[in-house]
Amino acid sequence: MNHNHPVFTDNDPQSELVTLNLGPTHPATHGVFQNVLQLDGERIVSGVSTIGYIHRAFEKIAEHRPFYQITPLTDRLNYCSSPINNMGWHMTVEKLLNIKMPKRVDYLRVIVMELSRIADHIICNTIIGQDTGATTTFLYLFQFREHIYEIFEEVCGARLTTNIGRIGGFERDFNDIAFAKINKFLKEFPAALKEFENLLTRNRIFIDRTAGVAEVTKETALEYSWTGPLLRATGVDYDVRVSDPYSSYQDFDFEVPVGTSGDIYDRYLVRNEEMWQSVRIIEQAMEKLKSEEKGIFHADVPEFYLPPKQEVYNNMEALIYHFKIVMGEIDAPKAEVYHAVEGGNGELGFYLINDGGRTPYRLHFRRPSFINYQMFAPMSEGMLLSDAIINMSSMNIIAGELDA
Amino acid sequence: MEETTLNNDIHVKLTERFGEKVTAVSEPYGLLTFVTYKDVIINVLSYLKEELKFNFLTDITAVHYPGKDHGIAVVYHLHNMVEKVRIRVKVFISEQNPTIPTATTVWKGANWMERETYDLFGVKFEGHPDLRRILNMDDLGVHPMLKQYPLEDPNRVDKKDEFFGR
Repeated sequence: MNHNHPVFTDNDPQSELVTLNLGPTHPATHGVFQNVLQLDGERIVSGVSTIGYIHRAFEKIAEHRPFYQITPLTDRLNYCSSPINNMGWHMTVEKLLNIKMPKRVDYLRVIVMELSRIADHIICNTIIGQDTGATTTFLYLFQFREHIYEIFEEVCGARLTTNIGRIGGFERDFNDIAFAKINKFLKEFPAALKEFENLLTRNRIFIDRTAGVAEVTKETALEYSWTGPLLRATGVDYDVRVSDPYSSYQDFDFEVPVGTSGDIYDRYLVRNEEMWQSVRIIEQAMEKLKSEEKGIFHADVPEFYLPPKQEVYNNMEALIYHFKIVMGEIDAPKAEVYHAVEGGNGELGFYLINDGGRTPYRLHFRRPSFINYQMFAPMSEGMLLSDAIINMSSMNIIAGELDA
Repeated sequence: MEETTLNNDIHVKLTERFGEKVTAVSEPYGLLTFVTYKDVIINVLSYLKEELKFNFLTDITAVHYPGKDHGIAVVYHLHNMVEKVRIRVKVFISEQNPTIPTATTVWKGANWMERETYDLFGVKFEGHPDLRRILNMDDLGVHPMLKQYPLEDPNRVDKKDEFFGR
């Protein structure tokens, strides 16, 4: 077996450096990725990150699946906010096919995506609290992630790996219970988020543990292709929702919070403010839905939108379209397209090349966690071990997105 | 497709600077795409970064077109965040000798993107500080995204394209 990973084999008895496998702190350090650190006392001298333990070859599998079968693969990228990945993929294909969505579908999508963003940020921020010793905050806010999952369950039947929506819209309309649950969430969540902030934002211990730790400059962040809350915490106001609006984000009024020093405290504040902004966006979307015609939940593109089973059995056109979509026989232009959405961790990009076959010729995922994480080992050098642990939580590394 | 003025400006500037080294310019879905060659790729990327303000490296990946002279396309996506414009740069390299200079000299963030591309396609980025496999195991021996490696049992006949009129 050929090991070309650097392994610290320091047999010098005089050496005072200690080699340590970091973890388990993050849920994925149980075996999904590994950080080997060399320590001088509590200071990190150098580190090596090894990833790839849940590499599932999605890009290869995608070359053998018709478009609609790729949605479940995207679920498993950032599984903390799967609906954003699903929507991103649908929108990539819709861009390729030049399908324009009705406004109501756009707004429904925005609601689902912003709920997932909140769920994603809840995980990250409560875990920063947890890793600095504040378990209470974790328990307080985490139940709202459960409420969000209940909404997803109402919309699509699944909770974690949602496979939500279809190419061309949603598989079904939101039902009344779903809307009731969203309204309930909008009513209850702000109070809980306020309480969460009261517990942490001005907390002396929390500030001491996070402020000024793992500072990153704008220049470094851009040099390392950081995106998402991590980049915004350094002071760059780059948000795909604003710079490249998709799904009618231009219709909404919201702010892009930025930090100044890029430290962990700034990342925490940016994510918190983004949750507030997401609530604002969902409220606006609910308001806008009132003036949209009810019952529209997909675009009128029968040749690309999977028809309901009832129609497939009773209607010849639907049967034909169903067959063609399932067999990957749709007439998609031979072209290549790049589409990016703002995922929980940054710019989630889909680079799709279609050659007219039944499946994509090539599909590449630009995964924000993967690109953000490469800086973890270099930036840990010189850091205290305890700081490196919160640094990792604040980067919100999702193993599924790391490996694809 | 009609080029937008912004993309047209970029196209003109690139042609002025690199002449015939900038070829096959197209604009699928509004994204300016061109092909260049591996001897000038670093100059092109630096020029785009320094002069045309494409400050952000979005992505590096590759595509395999088996049976062609230069069967591997290395694809760079760059982004000018200020003017909100993206660009796609492609370099076709030979399958037998898939080498290309590393972009880590221009962006440090290219490091893992190039390791991934090396791992999946076997593209050797010359001068890369740490070119090891990143996703697959070290002794895999092949670069699995190349088209000659089938995903499923190649003896299956029920999924062949000819049965579907292709």
